[in-house]
Amino acid sequence: MGKVKKLGAKTRYNIITYTVVVLAYIVMQLLSTGDMLTSSIEGMLVPICVYIVMAVSLNLTVGVLGELSLGHAGFMSVGAFSGVTVAVILENAVASEPLRLAIAMVAGAVFAAIAGFLIGIPVLRLNGDYLAIVTLAFGEIIKSIFNNLYVGLDSNGLHFSLLSDNTNLAEGGELIIGGPMGIGGIDRISTFTAGFVLIIITLIIVLNMMNSRTGRAVMAIRDNRIAAESIGIQVTKYKMIAFVTSAALAGASGALFAMNYSTIAANKFDFNTSILVLVFVVLGGLGNVLGSVIAAAALTVLPEALRGFDDYRMLTYAIVLILVMLATNSSTVRGFIDRLRFKKTGKES
Amino acid sequence: MSFLNFLISGISLGSIYAIIALGYTMVYGIAKMLNFAHGDVIMVGAYICFYAVFSFELPPIVGILMAIAVCTVLGIVIEKLAYKPLRSAPSLAVLITAIGVSYFLQNAAQLLWTSSPKVFPRFFNFGGQASVSFFGGQLSVSWTTIITIITCIIIMLALTWFTGKTKRGKAMRACSEDKGAAQLMGINVDATISMTFAIGSGLAAIAGVLLCSAYPTLVPTTGSMPGIKAFTAAVFGGIGSIPGALLGGLLLGIIEIMAKAYISTQLSDAIVFAVLIIVLLVKPAGLLGKRVNEKV
Repeated sequence: MGKVKKLGAKTRYNIITYTVVVLAYIVMQLLSTGDMLTSSIEGMLVPICVYIVMAVSLNLTVGVLGELSLGHAGFMSVGAFSGVTVAVILENAVASEPLRLAIAMVAGAVFAAIAGFLIGIPVLRLNGDYLAIVTLAFGEIIKSIFNNLYVGLDSNGLHFSLLSDNTNLAEGGELIIGGPMGIGGIDRISTFTAGFVLIIITLIIVLNMMNSRTGRAVMAIRDNRIAAESIGIQVTKYKMIAFVTSAALAGASGALFAMNYSTIAANKFDFNTSILVLVFVVLGGLGNVLGSVIAAAALTVLPEALRGFDDYRMLTYAIVLILVMLATNSSTVRGFIDRLRFKKTGKES
Repeated sequence: MSFLNFLISGISLGSIYAIIALGYTMVYGIAKMLNFAHGDVIMVGAYICFYAVFSFELPPIVGILMAIAVCTVLGIVIEKLAYKPLRSAPSLAVLITAIGVSYFLQNAAQLLWTSSPKVFPRFFNFGGQASVSFFGGQLSVSWTTIITIITCIIIMLALTWFTGKTKRGKAMRACSEDKGAAQLMGINVDATISMTFAIGSGLAAIAGVLLCSAYPTLVPTTGSMPGIKAFTAAVFGGIGSIPGALLGGLLLGIIEIMAKAYISTQLSDAIVFAVLIIVLLVKPAGLLGKRVNEKV
């Protein structure tokens, strides 16, 4: 322990974050092999990993860069659809399932990064609520497009069409994306271990970035854009780096998410999903990566844990959400807690 | 004539968006918060009116007045319980609380009124006819459309008079300009904010009844998509500006109907949002928004 204390506060925080994730993985894996998990929790392991990655990546935009994004599910959607398409194309070429999953996730990340870059060009010129509404708009546009996109594969290669199925596939061809029906008959190759690896990669990328020159530049922009600009930080460049990284990670998690189910439709990645992830980020604490991880895991399990309340569970979820926000942010409650602390320690906090 | 028909239904839909957007924009102007629960207040208003007319067989006008009353009270209660304690909290915390309120309203509605869709009755029949014909029957406009447009005009005129001429309206503008200075001038800021929520929610009730008269399926999530669209409309016109909300709402409604009619039904939402993005790139503060210069 002596050694740990000597390390800087940031390093200690990072070590704690990694330890928590690894321990949680080991415990869940043991419980899973020992058949001690209910099937509903078992089925939630991959979605939990996905939401953790989503929350950590959104935290990069909202917490570290300080720009509100309401369209994060759009990138997830891009990653999911491109990832599954790539996985279907490689079905015969790559026999190993984990390798195919890895390639699909990388493809999802690349396509989402491209989307993030293209969207970033107009979006990052705006500020505050205007930026938020444009990310919302892009999320809805991506959803509409995927709802009307048809992609088919046959011996002649890929065929695309918009609005109606004009792919005209040759004999033996396969329709991969079927408009509003989404993708059906997906190989369910996502595993909990793959999710864990993705979380670790995400943490390495985000934590290292936050403690690097790039991360400090991004945080400087968040704290005061004009001051940052005046000391020679290229605002657009660093904003773009943070935004694209965040989009790429969301894309990878989208691919993982899609391949956990046998069918996936564009409507799954709507405004509500973006908001759900945003709730994880804000409850976990802006800029607090470990907080995002815990909030995402806890809040994904919470509706399931409230199953006993049956009809009232989503209502309870809403009330819990409001109460937590009031408890952590209200000045009255804060003052009350401070007074308690003052009584206990005799010190002003 | 079909173009004129589409234009009129666009203006009608746009009027509904404009009424909802007014609620967004006034609350944003004064409390600097995005009230995501606004869309669900619309839904509550529509349900109240539906049950008043359908189950208790009250006349429609009483149903509408009841919906307005309930939503006004609901708006004040939400503000007092959920938003007021967070007056000094970071804006994201308030945003998440608003989302929590929105979830709460949707799920409470689902418990109270179940998720099976209700078919909203047609109120606006005059002389036994649901629509009037112009130009010897070439153009037929439903009474719902006419009443929606007239209501929107009346609300706009009333609000312009209210914010410009009355003492309370001036207090409202003062609060949105500078809360601290307004308080020093003897304005009761808390009461003014409550009043803004009350007006916004009352308008939401009217919008709910009009929306469901035009599109008669009523489910607990009825309010969310029009809510998002109206929010977009408010930003489109320049958030915080009352004429901007009207302009933004009308344009959004017309673009949506025209895109549906001439380009593609499925992609109409994408087109609406694409136009929004283009407008914001050219005018980053919306059409009628004030461009605030940054001070260094």
